[in-house]
Amino acid sequence: MLKIENLHATVADKPILKGLSLSINAGEIHAIMGPNGAGKSTLSYVLGGRPGYEVTEGSVMFTPSPRHAGLDPVSTAAAPEWTPDQVRGDEGGMRNDEGGEVDLLALDPHERAAAGLFLGFQYPVEIPGVSNVQFLREALNAQRKARGQEPLSGGEFLKVAREKAALLKMDMDMLKRPVNVGFSGGEKKRNEMVQMGILDPKLAILDETDSGLDIDALRTVGDGINSIMRQPDKAVLLITHYQRLLDYVQPDFVHVLAAGRIVKSGGPELARELEAHGYAEIAA
Amino acid sequence: MTTAPLPSRRDEAWRYSDIEAVAAAWPLPAPESIIVPAGGSFARAIVQDVGGIRQIELVLGKGAVASLHVLNIGGAYGRIELAVTLHEGADFTLGAAQIGGGEQNLEIVTTVTHAEPGATSRQVVRSVLGGTATGTYLGKVAVARDAQQTDSAQDVKAMLLNRSATANAKPELEIFADDVKCAHGCAIGELDAMALYYLQSRGLPPGEAKKLMLQAFVAGVFDGAEDEARLQELALAKLGELV
Repeated sequence: MLKIENLHATVADKPILKGLSLSINAGEIHAIMGPNGAGKSTLSYVLGGRPGYEVTEGSVMFTPSPRHAGLDPVSTAAAPEWTPDQVRGDEGGMRNDEGGEVDLLALDPHERAAAGLFLGFQYPVEIPGVSNVQFLREALNAQRKARGQEPLSGGEFLKVAREKAALLKMDMDMLKRPVNVGFSGGEKKRNEMVQMGILDPKLAILDETDSGLDIDALRTVGDGINSIMRQPDKAVLLITHYQRLLDYVQPDFVHVLAAGRIVKSGGPELARELEAHGYAEIAA
Repeated sequence: MTTAPLPSRRDEAWRYSDIEAVAAAWPLPAPESIIVPAGGSFARAIVQDVGGIRQIELVLGKGAVASLHVLNIGGAYGRIELAVTLHEGADFTLGAAQIGGGEQNLEIVTTVTHAEPGATSRQVVRSVLGGTATGTYLGKVAVARDAQQTDSAQDVKAMLLNRSATANAKPELEIFADDVKCAHGCAIGELDAMALYYLQSRGLPPGEAKKLMLQAFVAGVFDGAEDEARLQELALAKLGELV
């Protein structure tokens, strides 16, 4: 689903990622752990296309196959056709063919979202005056339009939104409030997961989604991730400092990121090893 | 007809104006005069969508209430001037938005005079400017010597969509009474890049993301307006042209 090869990236001309390679297949959950300053957040922003994060070398190919059907409460079987302008094979743009591979780095952030990528922010942004539901409905329908799907009506959208809010134990009233404004740290992270549920991505990159969560919220968020993303045609990249989220969301693979590269990979046991011995020893 | 001489850039109230356009319109017809009698109420929505200079004199009698909502969006040069006089205990509300692109020059100029005690005035003005447009708000609040317990507020914000656009904002207080509350706030900024990225990361194309944020920026100005839905719709359409 995601193939990162020899990725080099700079922020403000400072090299942060220095030859990172990583492959993620559909159905897998990967965790990236690593000390502060290793480049974990940079990796998530590079994959999400944040301006200012320059890729200087390497490639990222994204294969959101089988085709991303998105949310379709009416008929889940509907396989959307892509309109010609979405098929930009020559320049590595979006393709939605069976098994179609996409040059992720050639896409704008909104196109990456439409292709099936979701970035859970470490610090979700407050946007005064813009209501969560309004923005999410517009975002979802923009994604659906890009995929050649019909927009969801207000009623259909609210049904999905209610369902996901309930899954994450979030009050529907909060979803009507301006995006993240006045939310606690934990509520913001929960809101990220509600958004993920509504947008229904193929690949979720979750940047320290566990930070700022109390124990109960951690369990709720963990259950949410499992329920939304643990499916044969989906994949998750969890970026975290700690073992504790991994108690709820069992990773298939754990990687250690240090100084801009993956220095060690292993199974779930690697996370416990790190917790016991620290990064310094393992990454050395 | 006014017999006043043609203003120049040296006149503070016309400092940022398109003087050629002003000259072409000069002399101006007499200002529209609105008098709200004691205890009366008045509300109006004004949409300026063709350009030109519009002057309104509004007098609120004792205890009268008036609200004006202004959308200033049209023409190469569009100026709306309000001269408001408040008598005892009167209450005046202005909610205004000006949205300009290209080479537009848009102005809202207000003078609110608290002539007698206990009157309140609330002014909220939002400007959104793209291209090489200029948007100006000059807002003077004058409090007469015996207008004690005056309560006045001005909340002025402008959003620049490019570095080539210009916003001028000048809230001005002239207070001769000593027991008054006059608040004014003024800010000029750009759309928050991180918020824009956040919206785009959820699937909104850049133009839609900007539009949504600008809509939020302007929202609230027309709350409770005569014709709120139409004003919002016109504002949104104009914002759509700019992003």
